Amino acid sequence: MAPRRASAPDSAASAAVFSALGDETRLGLVTRLSHDGPMSITRLSAGLPVTRQAVTKHLRVLERAGVVRSLTEGREIVWHVEQRRLAQAQRDLQAIAQQWDSTLQRLKKFVEG
Amino acid sequence: MTDTRTDRIERSIDVRAPRPRVWRALSDPAEFAEWFGIAVSGPFQPGTRLRGTLIGTSVDEEVARAQRTHAGVSFDLVIERVDPERRLAFRWHPGAVDPGVDYAAEPMTLVEFVLDDTGEGTRVTVVESGFDRIPLARRAKAFAGNDEGWRIMMGVLQKHVTGGS
Repeated sequence: MAPRRASAPDSAASAAVFSALGDETRLGLVTRLSHDGPMSITRLSAGLPVTRQAVTKHLRVLERAGVVRSLTEGREIVWHVEQRRLAQAQRDLQAIAQQWDSTLQRLKKFVEG
Repeated sequence: MTDTRTDRIERSIDVRAPRPRVWRALSDPAEFAEWFGIAVSGPFQPGTRLRGTLIGTSVDEEVARAQRTHAGVSFDLVIERVDPERRLAFRWHPGAVDPGVDYAAEPMTLVEFVLDDTGEGTRVTVVESGFDRIPLARRAKAFAGNDEGWRIMMGVLQKHVTGGS
């Protein structure tokens, strides 16, 4: 069989999501966009202890991971969260958690039996 | 709301058995194979690389059926820590099942089993971490059985996730 890429984009996607979210500022941005809905960088930067440029950089990282997307609304660019991508990553983790629950149940049955 | 603080999973269970008994189930390859359903190629010693092969658990028939759809699939485990009756830690990449792919260079996740005394027995905690560096979807499917079972399970999980936690 010919060598192939180690992973299709889809299966690598969640790894990129967690990597992108492994930063407090980025996690904060995503949380804010999730709760308050789409908004511009100006609004998003307000009240944050980082510069607008830094926020832009973080948004680009999140965009590359597919976590956020920008849309032009009139003369403004607004950013919003891609819930589907986040939900998929969450489902993957839940599936693994479920497997561990099942594994621990078997250990329990085994040592108590 | 979607929980995003998640590149690790922690789960625990209380069992009515003393710590030495639970430790034997974890650290003895024959016992490990029996409940986990994964046969390992040697004893658990720090720094060793073992081969794990899915054989199917003898403890739960339903799980065994799902595991058998992957029977014979194998993957590497690197033993990190063996603290007798306390902690067993290894790295692995389950789900690395495509014979056409070289997984050796891919990062592994870290699995840690920790044992603590409780009043009536032992608390077993398992932590798997490092999901920010691996293709998660593949890891998630590693022990999930056939595709149909997987789809059904995803439906259940979706409800579970939506229900919050």
